[in-house]
Amino acid sequence: MQELIRRYGISLSVIMAAMTAFWLLALVVIPNLVLFKFSFRLYLPVDQLGGPNDVYTLKNYITFFDSPIHINVFFATIMYSSIVTIICLIVTYPIAYMLAKVLKPTDTATFFLVLLIPLWVSEILRSFAWFIILSAQGPLNAFLVGIGLIEKPIRWITGFQAVVVGLVYAYILFMLLPIYNAIQALDTNQIEASEDLGASMWRTHWRVVIPHSKPGIASGCVMVFMLCAGSVVVPSTLASTNSRWFTEIIQQWMFEGLDWNVGSAYAFLLLVLCIVFVSLVMRVLNVRLVDIAK
Amino acid sequence: MSEDVHLSQISMDFGSFRAVNNVEVTIKPGEFFSFLGPSGCGKTTILRLISGFMDPTEGAIKIGGKDMRGIRPNARPTALIFQNLALFPLMPIWENITFGLEVRGVPKAIRRAKAEELLQLVDLHDSADKRVSQLSGGQKQRVAIARALAVEPKVMLLDEPLSALDLKLRQHMRAELRAIQKRTGVTFIYITHDQGEALAMSDRVGVMSQGVLQQVATPQEIYNNPTNGFVASFVGENNVFMGRVKSASDGMAVFETPKGNFSAKLGQNVSVGDTSKLYVRPEFCTLHREADAKANSIAVEVSEIAFEGNFVNVFVKDHSGDTHMVQVQNDPAVPPPALHTSCQMVFNPASCMILAEANVGHSGH
Repeated sequence: MQELIRRYGISLSVIMAAMTAFWLLALVVIPNLVLFKFSFRLYLPVDQLGGPNDVYTLKNYITFFDSPIHINVFFATIMYSSIVTIICLIVTYPIAYMLAKVLKPTDTATFFLVLLIPLWVSEILRSFAWFIILSAQGPLNAFLVGIGLIEKPIRWITGFQAVVVGLVYAYILFMLLPIYNAIQALDTNQIEASEDLGASMWRTHWRVVIPHSKPGIASGCVMVFMLCAGSVVVPSTLASTNSRWFTEIIQQWMFEGLDWNVGSAYAFLLLVLCIVFVSLVMRVLNVRLVDIAK
Repeated sequence: MSEDVHLSQISMDFGSFRAVNNVEVTIKPGEFFSFLGPSGCGKTTILRLISGFMDPTEGAIKIGGKDMRGIRPNARPTALIFQNLALFPLMPIWENITFGLEVRGVPKAIRRAKAEELLQLVDLHDSADKRVSQLSGGQKQRVAIARALAVEPKVMLLDEPLSALDLKLRQHMRAELRAIQKRTGVTFIYITHDQGEALAMSDRVGVMSQGVLQQVATPQEIYNNPTNGFVASFVGENNVFMGRVKSASDGMAVFETPKGNFSAKLGQNVSVGDTSKLYVRPEFCTLHREADAKANSIAVEVSEIAFEGNFVNVFVKDHSGDTHMVQVQNDPAVPPPALHTSCQMVFNPASCMILAEANVGHSGH
């Protein structure tokens, strides 16, 4: 804060701090607190508000644990978010390594531009693009039938595969950038030293590059996982009736059932359980929170 | 234990830039060989070519008689010590040292024992479990040496590994490196821009300029009998006189300059009638009251005296205003002439040479 004042002067510093505080408080903390309060109260007709039935209760949370279907959807969401995260990691790591260490810096800029341009298109349009590509009469099936790989069109948009494809496409850059930054910061001499000492390419990655870029990998994974688990647009476009996403259930409670109380409870359950899951995975992989913040 | 390294007319191009130009040299088994040259002379490129990070555009590199083209660094019998050492900060010291054994599948217990043994060799006890960040510059240096020795290389390549150390430590590590090289008998190829380092440690030195190997010889030979003007002026100090070779016989020549005629040894690639330069080292010059008929003399006046401790640099100006340097041993009994004294700078014909310019090689393109 003193550094901030020294650099920008008192008035500008106060404005910046105030705007940050406003954003955090008014747009993040307070709405969440309001929803948090909602989640412990019942959905009552207006005339009963403030009456004897208007009490704080865990009933909204119990609704979730009493509903095997919702629990199933929750675990499916966690599982497929994990799968998306792993696919993103596997696809991204070699690309990040190539961008950071193999390509000439002049070419890197071009590659990044090519990678970032799809991000300019809105998520919903990108999801619809995949909907068209994957549809039964769509270009993918036409192509596969055309080259004779399959005999008749496959229904891609059943089950979770279309959601996984859409989510990978939507969030892959959130994996690429932190890993790229981490590998970029690695001294190239270390990679060469490893090779010079006799290590194969795989060994060099396993012992030198990956340990160094672990914070980047961890922060990419956490980001992609959280974005996936909380995604609404992609699943609602690409999911089918037998592949529901947990966010869709929250949306149903809130906007179809108009029961904001149960909806809030579900939203908080998603948040808390995702944090628990991520913390567990981080513990298992021996990654600390401070590493991710780097 | 060690192998010879033969660079057979190697050239290396980066685009249209020729970094290494037709270098031919054989480094003997067990030799301490230095490539000495200013930055950008191509010496680091040579090191990267030998270690296998790239292959030469032309020519061949043979280690122990075997052509190395196409063989990756991890399959070559060389170990490279990087300028910034490139230790692995996330591994403890002992894992750093035995990384090369780990990738060869040596079991952990044996690796641990080997690490302790190598730490003894480089005089670093009780550091096996420390982290890299806990060590000082000199200690990191030793770990890097131990890590390279662990893979029992036939040839050790060192890329200015002492440049980051302070003066005292650098001098200490010079002796240490030399001792380790003698003890292990491994061929050492050392890259440096520091002539003191190269002269003090090496069995032979290769002086490089603009990608061309100018001279390969023992440190004494490099210093006392440089083959051209570049070697003479890059290694040590010189007084230089411009002029023309008037006549020559038996390797000695008369050199005609605006400051008078001098006799001097005639270097390679210089013949009668050529415009050239005469080089004489400051420590071979003396100051006298009278001119010496048997030697070269030039009338001068003392313009500046720099006391350096064990020796004194006396700067003198001749009649045309050019400055020369005379180096004398510090001896309170025989002080150098006082400032503004007029005297004769005298140098022996046997200790000065007429040398051609640097060899720039035949251009590749």
